[in-house]
Formats: sequence, C-alpha cells, structure tokens
Amino acid sequence: MPKFESVDHLTEYRRKLKASRDPKQPLVLVCGGPGCLPLGSEDVAAAFREAIAEQGLDGKVLLKTCGCQGLCSKGVKVLIRPEEIAYQGVTPQDVPEIVEQTLVSGKVVERLVYHDPASGAACVHKNEVPFYQGQVPIVLRKLDLIDPESLDDYLAVGGYRTLRKVLFTMTPEEVIDQVERSGLRGRGGGGFPTGRKWRICREAEGAVKFIICNGDEGDPGAFMDRAVMEGDPHAVIEGMLVGAYAIGARQGYIYVRHEYPLAVKRLKLAIEQAREAGFLGSNILRSKFSFDLKISQGAGAFVCGEETALMASIEGFIGEPSPRPPYPAQAGLFGLPTVINNVETWANVPEIINMGAEWFASQGTEHSKGTKVFSLVGAVNNTGLVEVPMGTSLRQIIFGQGGGLRNGNPFKAVQTGGPSGGCIPEQFLDLPVDYDSLQQVGSIMGSGGMIVMDHTSCMVDVARYFIGFLHAESCGKCTPCREGLTQLKYLYEEITNGRGQMEHITLMEDLCEAMASASICGLGQSAVNPVRSTLKYFRHEYEAHIRDKKCPALVCRPLLKYTIDPETCTGCLACVRECPVGAISGLKKEAQEIDQELCIKCGLCYEACQFDAVKRE
Amino acid sequence: MPARKLADLVKAPTIEEVGLYINGIFIRADTSWSVLQAARAHGFEIPTLCYHPDLPPEGQCRLCLVEIGEPPRTRLVNSCTYPVEKDLKVQTHSERVMQARRIVLELLLAQAPAAELIKELAAQHGVYETRFHIDDEDERCILCGQCVRTCKEIVGVSAISMAFRTPEKQVATPFKEASEACIGCGSCAFICPTNVIPYTEKDGVRTIWGRDFELQACSKCGNYIAPKAQLEHWARLTGDPVETFFVCRDCR
Repeated sequence: MPKFESVDHLTEYRRKLKASRDPKQPLVLVCGGPGCLPLGSEDVAAAFREAIAEQGLDGKVLLKTCGCQGLCSKGVKVLIRPEEIAYQGVTPQDVPEIVEQTLVSGKVVERLVYHDPASGAACVHKNEVPFYQGQVPIVLRKLDLIDPESLDDYLAVGGYRTLRKVLFTMTPEEVIDQVERSGLRGRGGGGFPTGRKWRICREAEGAVKFIICNGDEGDPGAFMDRAVMEGDPHAVIEGMLVGAYAIGARQGYIYVRHEYPLAVKRLKLAIEQAREAGFLGSNILRSKFSFDLKISQGAGAFVCGEETALMASIEGFIGEPSPRPPYPAQAGLFGLPTVINNVETWANVPEIINMGAEWFASQGTEHSKGTKVFSLVGAVNNTGLVEVPMGTSLRQIIFGQGGGLRNGNPFKAVQTGGPSGGCIPEQFLDLPVDYDSLQQVGSIMGSGGMIVMDHTSCMVDVARYFIGFLHAESCGKCTPCREGLTQLKYLYEEITNGRGQMEHITLMEDLCEAMASASICGLGQSAVNPVRSTLKYFRHEYEAHIRDKKCPALVCRPLLKYTIDPETCTGCLACVRECPVGAISGLKKEAQEIDQELCIKCGLCYEACQFDAVKRE
Repeated sequence: MPARKLADLVKAPTIEEVGLYINGIFIRADTSWSVLQAARAHGFEIPTLCYHPDLPPEGQCRLCLVEIGEPPRTRLVNSCTYPVEKDLKVQTHSERVMQARRIVLELLLAQAPAAELIKELAAQHGVYETRFHIDDEDERCILCGQCVRTCKEIVGVSAISMAFRTPEKQVATPFKEASEACIGCGSCAFICPTNVIPYTEKDGVRTIWGRDFELQACSKCGNYIAPKAQLEHWARLTGDPVETFFVCRDCR
C-alpha cells in the first residue's frame, strides 16, 4: 500500500485497482461474523482453500472471509458471487460438494440453501431469502462484500472517497449542515441529533477538541456494533475523519470493550493501514487537516457505555457517570469539547456525505431518518442482524425478516433497546419502529436489541432477569439507581419465590418514579422500563404470582406444583427412580403420589413420565 | 469527578452575574455558582448529604434535587452541580421534588439504618420508617464519597477510593490491603457525616485502614501531634526538613 500524497494519486490507484478486478470472477465469501465464527468459519474457509486448489481453480476463484452476513441462526453462511447464491449451515464436509457442483459445474446444492418454513420452497439467491427482503443496508452494506482486513477491498468499493470529498470540496460548516439536514440521530440509543451535537462542539470554545467512537456495546444479545467494527472497520475510521474535520479535532479515540478481541484486532490493523496510506496522521492527503486515532479498551463494565463514564474510563478514572451539564460537547474528555457517537452513527456518516443528506432523509419517518440495525434474537426462526428503514413495523421485522416465531408458537412480547428497554405486547405489533414511537409505548430504541418472546416466557421472570443484570452493572454512584435497583431486585426475588404481596407493586411503582427522575445517568433512568412496561401490559401475571402464587408461563420454579394423576399413572416407577429427593412414593403397579413438602420442583418426574401422568401447574 | 485541570487553565475567572428565579423569587448569582450555592446565598434551604463546600460536588446522594423549567417541561436536576443560567426557573420544594427526596431518604434508611444523620434528615421530611427491605441493621455508610474526595482533593494522596459496583459498592484502599499511600491523617474519618470510618489511638500508635501509624510527639510539650507519615508528607510538600514539624501548634 503506497502512502497517498495527493488526491490524484488516490484516484489513480483506485482506478488501477478496479481495472485489475473482474466483477464476473467467482468469489466465495465465508461469513466470519460473530455468529458464524464460533460455528467454524475458519475451518470452512480452510476447506474451501483446499478444495479450490484440488479442483485447480486457484487464481480463477477468489476466496474471502467477510464480516457478518446477517442471518446468524443459519451459520456458517457462504455467499457465492457474482450469482449471490446464499448457502447456509455449511460445514467443512459440505465444501467439496459446493466447489464441485457450484464453482465447477454451475449447479446449486439445494440442501444448503434457505427453505421457506411455511411453503418449503428453496430460496437460492440472497434476494429471494425473506430475511433479506425489505432490508435497506447502509451500515451493513459492505459487510458481505469485502475482506475487513484488506484496505484495497475497502478502496475498491469506494472507500475514503468521502474523506477526499470533504477535505477538498467542503467546508466544515457544509459537512455539519449535511449531517444536520440528513436528520441522523445518535444510534447509541439517546437519539440526539448528530449534526446539532457536532455544531455545539464546533462552536464550543477551545483550540483542542476530541472525538470518540463508543464501541462499548454491552446489551445482552446485541452485536450490531461488534459486527460493524469487525466487518467494516475502515467505515468507522472514515466516519470519524469526517466528524473530526467538521468539528476541528486532531485526536480521536475508539473505545472498545476488551471482550471484543477481534474488533480490537481489526480496528488496530485498520488504523495502521490508514496511517500507512496517509489517511491518518499529519496533513492528510497533503491538506491542512491532521488527525489520528487511538484505541482505548474498556474492561467490561456496562455503565462505561454511558458517555461521561466512558470518558472517565479513558482518562483512567473509575467508570462512573458525572452529572450534566456540562455536556461532552462543551466539556468532555479531559474537560475539553468532545463529540461522542456510537459505532453505527459513525458508520452512517460516510454514506450520508457521499450520497447526500436528501437521499438519507428520504428513508425513515418524520423525526427518525435513515435505517436502523437491529439485533433480532429470541423465539424467532431467523435470528441475526437486520437493517431496515426507520418506521418499519415490528410485525414486518418479526414475521417478515424474522420468519415468524419458532414452532409456530404464539407471540407474547418483544423487548427492544437492551436490558433497560420495555416489553411491548401484541397490540403494538403494527407500531412503526422509531425513536419516538417506541418511547410512547414505554420502551426505547436503545442501541437496537430486539428480543422476541413467546408464550413460554414469564414476564415477571423476564423483568427479574433484566433488573438483576442492571443491578450487577449499576455503578452505584447515585442513591436512586444503586438502592432502587437493590430493592427492585429484592422485590422480584420475593415475588418469583411466592412471597410477594400486593403492596410490593406500589413499592415498585414508587421506586420507578424516583429512579426515572432522580438518577444521574441513563442507566438508572431507563432501568425502570422493563418494570413499568411489564406492570402495565402484563399486570395480570404479577397478580397471578402474588395473589394466586402461580406462574402462568410455568417458569418460576418455586411457584410450580407437580402432582400425579392417579387415573393415568401406571405405577411404572420411572418417576420414582428419577426423583433426586425421594419425594415420590406408592406401590408398584399402582398410582404414585408426590410429597409436596419434600418436592424441590426440579421437574425430572415430569420429563420421565411416558404416560403424561405427572401434571405441572 | 475526574480532575479537569487542563480545562481550568483555559477558563478565565468570571465575575459576571445572572438573574434567575428560585421559587418564583428573582435573585442574582455569580455565573460560576451552582444553583445550590445561589439558593443558599439567598437563604433558600436545600438539604444535602454528599455536598461539602470545600469539596468538588459530585451529585451522588440526589437529596439536593430541584425542579427546573416551566410546566409541562420540567425536570429534576441536582442543584449542587447544576450551574446557574439566565432566567432559570427553580423550584426547591415542589411536590415532585419532595416525593423524590422522600424516596431517596427511605432508600437510605433501608441501606444505612444505623446512621443517625439519615434518621434526622428523614424525620425532617416526614419519613419516620422505611417500607424497603433492610439488609444490615448496623450499616452506617451512605456511600456519599466525602471521604474519598477529601483524601484526593484536600489531602492529595488518594489512598482510598470507591471500589466495586452496586452490589458490593464500598470505600476501600486498593485491594482492601494496608495502603502505602495512606498517611494516617484521619481526614476521611473527620469528614464522614455518619462517623463510620473506624480508627483507634493507643500508646502512640494510630490504626486506620488496617495500618498502624506511629504518632510523633511534640519536641517541646510531649503531646502527640500527628502520625509521622503525615509530617513526612508535609515535609515533601514544603521541601522543609521533617523536624520542622516536630513542634505542636500550641508550642510553636
């Protein structure tokens, strides 16, 4: 990679690069995303390398490991370009067949493509798979196009074109103006208008300013930012370069949690490549603009995703939030004006500048523009990363891209926005998803987590889980969050263990009010969402737990009761042999009985009975 | 709050004033003041726990909450860190503020039931008992962090800090071991509003934070002055020989 000394140099290099690449050349892209990697992407790629060599296709067929291809539940994913044949569930054993059939003979291995769960029809090409239909990839666009470790790949698909555009044809004000007009709002969850944030920072006094990329994604089950950092690291860097130029920063930080070692590795490599090519450093492309980046690793505290806590952590202090004002744009990192945006926000920036604010603003709803990446997980058929325009309905995401619930189970609720999001019931399935609509029904956009739940989820237990998570992750600085979560956790333990009282609901509501209005940061303020939303939409479940001491979804173990139906029991003693505490007794060939005093509700008898004689309620 | 030294150098001192409204009454305040400072300067009472005029405010206890803005767009902020703004409307005792303060006090009563100060403050707010679960009847620490800030900002040694998160949050020395950085000055115990930091003095030895400190006797009267380690700290700060400090204040 040469060091680009001028715009012409870069243009010429890109032209040659494109000319040297044949778009019709067969290209095998093995998904190396967070879902496929643990399923054995590396082994699949190695098998391809071997099989391609065996068939004498070296040089004729290109092989790459790319970023996340989205449909994580069907890993390992393999995409064959240019036809865009989407294989799924590929193991190293399948590889010789794919090479022989598809790459040599041009046929499709039908057993490895997506089959519609309803009709059974085969979806050979990527655009035929329902999961990808209706998606509008802006942030995820390049993930299944490029090798994230290759700067050439990024340049070949137009990378660093935006940097050139802003440095030589736009003033910082024009850049901010574009971002403002695009309507881009912070994708980390706050939803603050990005352009306005940049303007405040640009206008703040001070010669030294910073920009930060928040890559401290910590929501359980969410991996949008991870996929972008791992799959398209240069897009994050380019976005930050644009932001730095706009606000006048010379130094930036990317804050990544150290549990994302691959993201750290890829970002480090990308920063080195960008430095070597002259996209980072002094007088970038011989302009007057200088900028460099550092990676700062977090140690895994959820609260460090909060911007003021994150900055304290970069400064080397305990990751605890501080009250605002001053806002980071006025006095942020080291007390100096700082723009902090999350990974997805930064990754949107190059496309906005490149394609124009109007193009971006044409997607989405009135107050939420563009697209949003969701991490769709839980009880749906197709789990993975989905990027859809703002305003897409929950129903479309869950039953369209998500392919409906597994085993045709009934839908119960969807939790959006990570642990501090609310649980949205069926009546709001047609809600167009954007920042404001989610808030109206008691949830949040958050960073884009989406957990789908069916009838087997107990909503009291779900809220108990999230409160437990937030309790463990709350920094403990302010009283309402620290003590409020401690008390909420205690109350949930009481209720799910059958010791709940109706007054507990009032206590919870009082706690929620105080936490929401009196906590320092978003963690405490939004921690009440899972409690409030379940109390609002699933109050009958709380009442069943407290008043009837029953868990309607049969999840909360202490509230379950196992009995044996004397009519159905054959006295085979299968349950007796399984029971670890000797709670079941009776004569052979006669009906058995469970001693409720001894029973620990482990459910082994229920599993063991072949005559459905053990009843659970 | 992290040391924001770099920014302090850039910022010029202000002597300007702004006008704002507290409980509907117009007042003037130095632009560098917090709402709490402005309110107290004009005789408005706002309860505080973690605030101390000699320490940088942290906004931890949330007792100094006030309601700002005009209905329907109002919100609660902590007055100890919120800067005064031109024409800001502040309510120090609105129903929303009082409700939040009462819940905070109720929570603190459950967390630190043995802290007399909390009982008094709660009683002043009409809270005589807590509806919440009490885990430890003898707990007195309210995690206000005054000791930590004193050790860092006033003493300048940062021997103690907050450790762990919510479930086990506590004030501790690094790794909860006897700290080399501690000078045994006892400022943390002195500032503590609930007297929870234990220390003993016996036979010329002060024990605090798991470490014994030899006390220096005055070379004139023989009374103990302070731990030797503290006098050595002074000597390092001033550049004077440590013997300079071997005379107590009364004999100097």
